[in-house]
Amino acid sequence: MLDKLMFYFQYPFVRYALVVGILIAFCSSLLGVTLVLKRFSFIGDGLSHVAFGAMAVATVLNLTSNMLLILPVTVICAVLLLRTGQNTKIKGDAAVAMISVGALALGYLLMNLFSTSANLTGDVCSTLFGSTSILTLSKGEVWLCVAISVLVIAVFLLLYHKIFAVTFDENFAQATGTKANFYNLIIAIVIALVIVLAMNLVGSLLISALVIFPALSSMRIFKSFGSVIICSAIFSVVCAAIGILISILAGTPVGSTIVAIDIGGFIMFWLAGAVMGGIAK
Amino acid sequence: MAILTCRDLSLGYEGKKVVEGLTFTVESGEYLCIVGENGSGKSTLMKTILRLKAPLSGQISTGDGLKQTEIGYLPQQTVVQKDFPASVREIVLSGCLNRCGFRPYYSREEKALAEMNMGKMGIASLAKRCYRELSGGQQQRVLLARALCATRKLLLLDEPVAGLDPKVTAEMYALIEKLNRDEGITVIMISHDIAAATRYASHILHISSKPLFYGTTADYLQTPIGKAFVMMEGGAQDAR
Repeated sequence: MLDKLMFYFQYPFVRYALVVGILIAFCSSLLGVTLVLKRFSFIGDGLSHVAFGAMAVATVLNLTSNMLLILPVTVICAVLLLRTGQNTKIKGDAAVAMISVGALALGYLLMNLFSTSANLTGDVCSTLFGSTSILTLSKGEVWLCVAISVLVIAVFLLLYHKIFAVTFDENFAQATGTKANFYNLIIAIVIALVIVLAMNLVGSLLISALVIFPALSSMRIFKSFGSVIICSAIFSVVCAAIGILISILAGTPVGSTIVAIDIGGFIMFWLAGAVMGGIAK
Repeated sequence: MAILTCRDLSLGYEGKKVVEGLTFTVESGEYLCIVGENGSGKSTLMKTILRLKAPLSGQISTGDGLKQTEIGYLPQQTVVQKDFPASVREIVLSGCLNRCGFRPYYSREEKALAEMNMGKMGIASLAKRCYRELSGGQQQRVLLARALCATRKLLLLDEPVAGLDPKVTAEMYALIEKLNRDEGITVIMISHDIAAATRYASHILHISSKPLFYGTTADYLQTPIGKAFVMMEGGAQDAR
């Protein structure tokens, strides 16, 4: 088995896949805790559909670089969804659902009407489930991913205490002179960046898993914000690494393999949490 | 000069007035209790004082060198907080955030301040415990310690005893009274509990779409509404 792995690691695309996969898993788990706690678990899914819609438009317009359109559109949607918070007429979950379904439908419609590709279903499927794209990364994309990850990690480290305060009690933070809206905006932009990035790895439909599973799993066991975040980052990276290795060895689709491992990890943490809770009582 | 002055305030949502004609001042060291029924605009008034909401008309000004970043606030609990994984220390420390500015981490003084306030609230032994596992009274103490980290002058409390049992309620009131009397912190509190308000507060503002009364507690008890309340309370005690 080791020989087989070594054999595969001779190919740069396998190494790229591992690096990019781990970085994305790490970034999304950092933000996942905040999102789950703010009741925005589904934003990953919603925004990824927006990104899918934008990708369809970019394909139809024959843009040379899809990213130029996808990134700004997704960032704007993330800001609109997160910034408004609890004071909107359409509540968070409904707004996410609306934008998500709308973008998905319009994106598919556009691709259907204008696509030049012979294998439309295949195209849509690989965009949504990310079946192969992580194995076809170019060197430039890997560097882009590294750059965005470094940015996300830096923002997170510098704003860690502000993110905590704004997530735990936005009104208190605002009232005592922290610029809650400004930090919400930054969080929204960072989330959009990570999601556009993550689309390359697991595809639109499976991004939610990368956001929620690490957070929910570590919340079963750990009880302070700091420890939950550290644990979910480790959880996410380990699951992503195992998932990618298994998918290389067994030839399974990368995204769904990672999510399957995440589910397994969640069940383990859930059981461990239940056992520990039982002992504590 | 007064620490807080409100002049002819009108408050409401989306153009609909909830309360109008509010004029009152709070001097340093006072203990003002805002009472009134549900929907009378108490919470809206507090949000306006905190600048979370703009008034429809009128003015609010702070004095005595009080800056916006020096108001401590004890909000009502939100749904998010009920299952939030956070340790007591993390929460109390987050009250110091307004001292940080753009500095990303807490300084040693801020950590010491958080420790001191946890000690004052009698929750130092709970520092590493998880917030969501504490009792209602302990949670309120944590939030009060956080508010103390944010202020040295003015505390705004939004129904600090909601959902607490009578014994814990009395402890909470005693704690707030101590902060007001011994530390000289100005307190503005929203309450349903007129009995406690007349007992602890130095001034009372009774609102119900219009300000019904503003003045000292002693005067309040002489007004028709104050008297009606005392009668009611007396009747209830006789019945017991």
